[in-house]
Formats: sequence, C-alpha cells, structure tokens
Amino acid sequence: MMKGKSAHRGMGSARTVVRSGARAGQDEALLHKVARSHNLSDDEFAHIVKVLGREPTLTEVGIFGVMYSEHCSYCSSKPYLKTLPTSGARILVPAGKENAGVVDLGDGLAVAFKCESHNHPSAVEPVQGAATGVGGIIRDIFTMGARPIALLDSLRFGPLSEARTRFLFQGVVKGISDYGNAVGVPTVGGEIYFDAGYRENPLVNVMCIGLVDPKQLARAAAKGVGNPVLYVGSSTGRDGLGGASFASRELAEGDADRPAVQIGDPFTEKCLIEATLEALATGEVAGIQDMGAAGLTCSTAEMPAKAGTGMEIEISLVPRREEGMTPYEVMLSESQERMLLVVKKGKQAQIQQIFAKWGLNAVAIGTVTDTQRLCVKDQGIVVADIPVKALTDDAPVYQRPVKEPAYLAKVKTWSPKSLSVPSDYNAALLKLLGSPTIANKAFVYEQYDHMVQTNTTLLPGRGDAALLRLNKPDKYLAATIDGNGRYCYLDPYEGGKAVVAEAARNLVCVGAQPLAVTDCLNFGSPKDPEIMWQFKECVRGLAEACQAFDTPVTGGNVSLYNESGGQAIDPTPIVGMVGLLEGKPLSAAFQQDGDAVILLGETREELGGSEYLSVIHGQRAGLPPRVDLRAEKALQQFMLDAHRSGWLQSAHDCSEGGLAVTLAECCIMDERQRHGVAIELSDEAVRMARRADALLFGESTGRIVVSCRPEQVDRVMMFAKRRGVPASRIGWVGGSQLTIGTWLSTSVEALNTQWRSGLQQALTTPRAHGRAR
Amino acid sequence: MKFGVVVFPGSNCDQDCVRVVRDVIRQPVAILWHQDTSLQGVEAIIIPGGFSYGDYLRTGAIAHLSPIMQAIKSFAEDGGLVLGICNGFQILLESGLLPGAMMRNTGLRFICRTVPLRVERVDTVWTNKCQKGQIIHLPIAHNEGRYIRDPQPHESLAEQVVFRYEGTNPNGSEEAIAGLMNRAGNVLGMMPHPERAAEDVLGNTDGRLIFESMLTAHANA
Repeated sequence: MMKGKSAHRGMGSARTVVRSGARAGQDEALLHKVARSHNLSDDEFAHIVKVLGREPTLTEVGIFGVMYSEHCSYCSSKPYLKTLPTSGARILVPAGKENAGVVDLGDGLAVAFKCESHNHPSAVEPVQGAATGVGGIIRDIFTMGARPIALLDSLRFGPLSEARTRFLFQGVVKGISDYGNAVGVPTVGGEIYFDAGYRENPLVNVMCIGLVDPKQLARAAAKGVGNPVLYVGSSTGRDGLGGASFASRELAEGDADRPAVQIGDPFTEKCLIEATLEALATGEVAGIQDMGAAGLTCSTAEMPAKAGTGMEIEISLVPRREEGMTPYEVMLSESQERMLLVVKKGKQAQIQQIFAKWGLNAVAIGTVTDTQRLCVKDQGIVVADIPVKALTDDAPVYQRPVKEPAYLAKVKTWSPKSLSVPSDYNAALLKLLGSPTIANKAFVYEQYDHMVQTNTTLLPGRGDAALLRLNKPDKYLAATIDGNGRYCYLDPYEGGKAVVAEAARNLVCVGAQPLAVTDCLNFGSPKDPEIMWQFKECVRGLAEACQAFDTPVTGGNVSLYNESGGQAIDPTPIVGMVGLLEGKPLSAAFQQDGDAVILLGETREELGGSEYLSVIHGQRAGLPPRVDLRAEKALQQFMLDAHRSGWLQSAHDCSEGGLAVTLAECCIMDERQRHGVAIELSDEAVRMARRADALLFGESTGRIVVSCRPEQVDRVMMFAKRRGVPASRIGWVGGSQLTIGTWLSTSVEALNTQWRSGLQQALTTPRAHGRAR
Repeated sequence: MKFGVVVFPGSNCDQDCVRVVRDVIRQPVAILWHQDTSLQGVEAIIIPGGFSYGDYLRTGAIAHLSPIMQAIKSFAEDGGLVLGICNGFQILLESGLLPGAMMRNTGLRFICRTVPLRVERVDTVWTNKCQKGQIIHLPIAHNEGRYIRDPQPHESLAEQVVFRYEGTNPNGSEEAIAGLMNRAGNVLGMMPHPERAAEDVLGNTDGRLIFESMLTAHANA
C-alpha cells in the first residue's frame, strides 16, 4: 500500500524544496488515510502542515506518525513523568538524556541500566516478541559504552489453565532463553505473575544492566557538523514496519498485527556488542544510538535534536535485505540489531574496519549538518525535510482528562468479615505454595543461562535479589525487578508506593544499599479517563516512594494501550532497582539449626489484594496493604546496619502469601540444605492481626523475617528497639517441620515438593488452577 | 604453561576461561582469533562455550572449518592439549577430533543447572587431581548436549569416558556421557563448564580440579 512513487520521484534536488504529497499528484484523501493509519489526529495533521509550511510527503507522514506515537513521544505520560525524582549524588547520566541512565559505583565503575517493555509484540508472536525485547534493551546499554552483564525480566500472563496462556508463557520464556543465552548475557532474576487480567495482554518487561568506566561513557548526541553518519549492523527489511505505532494502540483481533513484529538475531547482536565496545574504546565515536522503536527515523531525529545540530542522509545507501523498499519503508522499518554512529571526521575507515572484522555492515549514509533539520534524500531527491525539534522536544503533549474509577467505591467498602476462615491452614499454605505465582520458578530460570560471564554470586531462587560480583572483593551489584498489578488496581497510589518499597526491601535483604530505579509503566488506554487516573495515582505513589528511599528514577519506558476487547490490564508499574553491597552477601534461606527467628515489622489485618484472597477465596477485593514510608525506611536502614555488624544469618522479605509462605520459603529455598522451624506468635501479634488468616497470609508491608545465632538475639532486639523498628523473636530454626503455633504444622518435605512442582503441575494439569476474574 | 583461548564470532565463554587461567591458576593466556593460523606458541588450547557463528547450521558445523581449527587439528595430532567446553565439545565432534555427535536435549529445552558428575578416570591429564569415582558438581548450560555415538562404532568408548552424569541424566546422553577424550588422551570435550566453578565467590570450586590437573600433568611431562 505504501508503494506510491509519486511522493518522492521527479522532484527538484534543491535541499529545501520538497514537493508536498498532494501537489505531487498524490491523492490528498490517501495522505489523510495514511495519517490516520498512524493514529495521527486531524489536529496533529494540521499541526504538521503548519510546521512544514506545506502538505507533508508520504515519507514525512510516516516519520511524524511514529515520532508522535505514544511509544516515542510519551505524549500522554510526559506531564506525570516530570514529577519523578531524577537527581542524586551518584547519578552520572539522568533520566531521558541518553539511551540509559548511569549511576556511579565508585572504584572507577558505573552501572548503566534500563527496563523496557515488549508487550504488544509478545502478545502476537511470543518467541520473537520476547527475544527482540531482550535484544533492544541490551543495545540501549552497550550504546552507553557499557558491557551488558545481566538481564532481569518481569512477566505477566493470564491463568495457566488456558491453552493460549501456556502457549504465550512457554513462547516468551523460549524467546528470552534463545536470545539471552546466545548473546551471552546472563538472565539472573525476575518475577512472574499469572492473573486473569493479563489474559489477552501479557506483559514482557526486560531490564538490562551494564558496567562502564565513567570516563568512557558514550553519548547519543550527533555532535560535530560535517561528521559522517554510519549505519551499522543488520540490513533493513520490512519486518517490524510501524512497530512503534502498533505499540501505541489496542491489539487487533486475530493475526492481523503479525507483520509489525520484528525478528531477532542474537548472533549479530553478540558481534554488535563486541564491535561497538571496541569502536567506542577508540574514542573516535562522537555519538551513538540504537535503532529501536521507529528505527532509522527515531535515531536520525533524536541524535541531532540532542546536539542542536541537523542530519542529512541518503537513504539509497542503507543496506537492505529486500528489494523495492520505498524510503517510507526504510525509514519506518524496525529491523533489529542496527545502530547509528556519528564518527569523528577522518576516522571513518578506522571504525569501519572494526565492524568489518566482526562481519558487520558499517556504511556512511550521511553527515551531521548545522540546519537543525532532518533531511532525507533518495538518490539525491529530497523525500523528507523536517525540523528535528518538531519531531522530538516540540512533539505534542496532552493533558488527558482523569476520573477516579467507579469500581474503587466498592473496593473501599470491602471487609474481610464476610470471609470464612480456612478449616485447614496446612492445606491453605500448600495450595498457596503450589500456586503458579508463588511456586518456585526453576522451570523458567533453568532455561536461561544465568551463569555466563561468571559474576552471578547469588543464583536465581536463592535470595530476594540477584547479586553480581564487581571489580573488588566483597563488592557486589544487587538487582531486582518488582511489580504488583493487583495492588495498583485496588489502590493505584498505595500500590505504586508498595512496588518501590518492595524492590528496596528485596535489595536490603541481600545486604545491599538501594541506589536507583528504572521503571516500565504498563497501563491501558490513556484516552480512558479512569485509566489516566490510575496512571496519575500510580506515578504519584512511585514518586513519593522513590523520594523517600533516595532512589532516583534514571529512565525506563511507558507502555499504554495494553488492552483488547475493551478490557484493560491491571495498572502495572514495574520497578527495576539496583543496589550496592560492600560486605558479605546475605541469603534468604535459613542457615543453621538453633538459629533464632525474628520478625521485623508489624502484621495488621490486611487481607485486601492478597494472594491468599485470590487463590483460596477466588476474590480480588479490598484495599491493598498500606505503606508507611517512614517506617519502611527505618526498617531498611536497620536491616543494612544489623547486617554490617555481622549479626544476621539470613533475611527474607514478607510479600505474596504473607508470613507463612515467607517462613516456608526460608525453610526450603536452599535445595541442598533445608531446615525446619518452630514458630510461636505472641498474643499481642494475634490481637493486632485480628484474624488468624491475616496473621498467617496477610501481606502487611514493611516486614522481614531474619535469623541470627542465639547469642546475637539480644543485640538485634535492643538495636531494633533503639531504632524504633518493631521486632519480635518468633521461633527457632530446627527439626523437619514448619510449625506455627497451633494453626499449622507441615513437613518441610511436603512444602518443598509442593513449591518446586507447582509450576510444572499447573502446566500439565491446567484445570486445577483456573479461576474466574 | 601458556594457554590459548579460541574466540569465534558468537563465542561467549571465552572471557570466563581467560579469567580462570589468568586470575585463578595464574598462567599466561593468549587469545586465538578464529581467522588466525598461528597458535602463538601455546601449550594448551581451550575452545570455549557459546554459539560460534550463531550455531545456525548445526552446532559447531561452521566453526570447525575456520582457519584456527586447521591449526588446532595439527596441534592435537602432535599431542597438544585441547579442551573443548560445551560449544567447544561440539566443535571437536564436528572436526573429527572426537567421535560421535551431539543432539538436542531430550527435554527439548535449554538447561542451566549445576549437576553431579562421576569422575570415571583419574589417570588422565584432565583429572589427575580427582579421586577415582569422585562426585563433583559442575554447571551445565546447553540446548544440545545429548551425546550419541557413531552409528557403527569401531571400538568401545568405555576407556574414553572421563565424566558421566550421576543420578538424573539431564539431557539423555548415551551412557550418561558428559565428558569424553580421544584415545591418545590429549583432547577432552565436556558439556559441563569447569570455568564457572573455579572460584569461592561463585560458591563452587570443583572446576578448578580440571585446570589444576592440566598444570600438574604439564609439570610432570
């Protein structure tokens, strides 16, 4: 449909003269039709005509279309993203300035990290959708000059009882496995939830972490007028055509969207990593950017915009893998494993030689200009000529209407009074442990190479966060990725806070000081005022919590339109957080019989939004647990100080499934060394939680189960008191049973079997885990 | 003892092997680029894991045709020590330095996991630091690690098996073969990754036994 040549043939070659599509004999109606296919509104089209002073060409409509898409322009989210804290003492590259944020780790080392979603492609073609998500985020990291050292993923699917979910789940895992393993970057952590809300719209958020010498940081600005522009990497095909626009609307029925999904090639990516890092090390690269969403369009517009320069490219020089591609198609293709480099004058041959050594294209396709315009020529004929600011900084931003969702009225009045208490707490615990969201994820992480590069110190499934060794003994980078869509659905503001609090808590549980955050904000359509309200409130919660923990946001992405058939996903902000451990790693599993078990934090009657409520009672209701940021901050600081003093043997945060599930996991997480535990809860604790099920399975935030040698108990308790952190000694490690008062007594063996087989069982005997929303 | 670590486009365990040689057993190490023909005077060669040339045709199929592999074949025929790990093992099979072939794991999934291995022979340059019948633990990380013998084997392989999977056979390998050497004993291919288990910080040092055995054999040669 885009083969029309009228827009770019037979025109004068003067640079500034672009004949508009309509005047070139092109049907004006067609132009508007193409504009609408890019989701450009009539107002936006009129704005484009005004900016250009004429009707746009077909190629220009495509360029504006993708750059004004939600995915590239953040047009609905920008006003809220501005409220997130972005500055801090360790921040070397703040949010939005480069391909990824960068945080200083000291000792001549910095960490570049970012999280990105690939939801829409994964819903249509899970293997390639997830694989290219991995590829894309890795490129964002090594274009900073950082060597990618770890990946983490946050995944959401519908119930495993459905065949389509099993297809999507296994496909996504295979895609991550195929790509991550081959490219040689270990997948060291992540999280997966199964919930009916993601049935049609699975979420695939991937975070990549890289290490860089701060002095060697690369930049994405096209600096130096006259510098050559190099196209590097794979050839351009028609795959992923218009992917950014595709990601900025609801999914179509059936397979109609399949051509918008890209195909990944991890082998080329691996070569691209090595060649790029080698090229950057020469110091002769002035600027570099990944061709991600919106491909060549985005990089040729953003790089000069960042430098206040312009760019002129000759599109016929772009290496292609298909014949007869129009400039429109080449500009909008999202073929993978491609990058744009601006090289210092006279150094072109040296850089090209490096890429040639790795068997990669490196073709000069243009130069940096002083025009502040993006000029695209096809065999000398201008097919697009646009001020770069119009595509980037000056792209439209919308203050969308917001309205508190009607469903929240019901949520607020829910009470657990109507809820029957389980007759058998052992059975309830076993059911929770075996539920796919809580069960052990070895089935998934054993498909990922989580050890390559030999830095992984705490293997997946062993601790609350991943740990990677750094360049000095006793110095580790910690990383986690967290989210809770159900909390955010039931209370977007508290949910937003809870996600950040949990991420930070996970880091302190391995002994690491939280440093900074990247986020992926997954929501439904911003044109729905209720969803925009969810977005606004979630971001408010995130911002407050990031401020409280002094963990600025260094970047990320926004994924809207996650809905189909009028049904939006739960609002799902995902937080990736990195931290620094200087000292000994702390495990989540109990270490030694005879150790004392201490519960830090308080358990209140908070069953709203819990896994218990969902798995045992089939309800998603009630307000989720409240987050007291001051108490949480005090708890986390206490954790870090107690660990630094060497008093703790283990630490595991209380989250999904509550205290009982947390204790069970402490018993069984270390496969080679399992422990029992005997727990007695005080009358006061029982009074405060009001109900036994709230005590055992409620998800009050700000709680950590720690263990210590018996001789350290008094020190830990006194120190907690001094810091104002609630702490109670609740039992001893030992035996072969998990016993909690008179409510619960189960063999560790049974807990272990259930926890380790739950996910596989749900995949093979699907009916048992189905539940209606 | 000077080591050489081969780098193909798509190798991804090369730096891990370099790190163990340089920092753990503290020996000199050279990088051998796939297009090189000189072995730079090395005394032992490691062909590391990864996805050489993307493993797009068949694992190791393109790598074994590279210039460096021609030099390594001569080196091996002259008795030089060659250790192929994971993809390196697959390349040794493709190049004919070891007999047999590698198929996809029976579970049809990639497996990354630390597994127990039985050391079948200790009178080798690769395992002289181990005890006969010792169970060591090493990580595996592969999609195609199911070893099968040649369809018409001329002789029994029994004498050549160095490591067997103990307990559960993770990938369906014939006779649970995890590591195999040639008849002369100077070429070893193994699916498990000793370089991933050679430092305390990684929680496992069993892999060091293999590198230290090589040093001992070299010192006594």
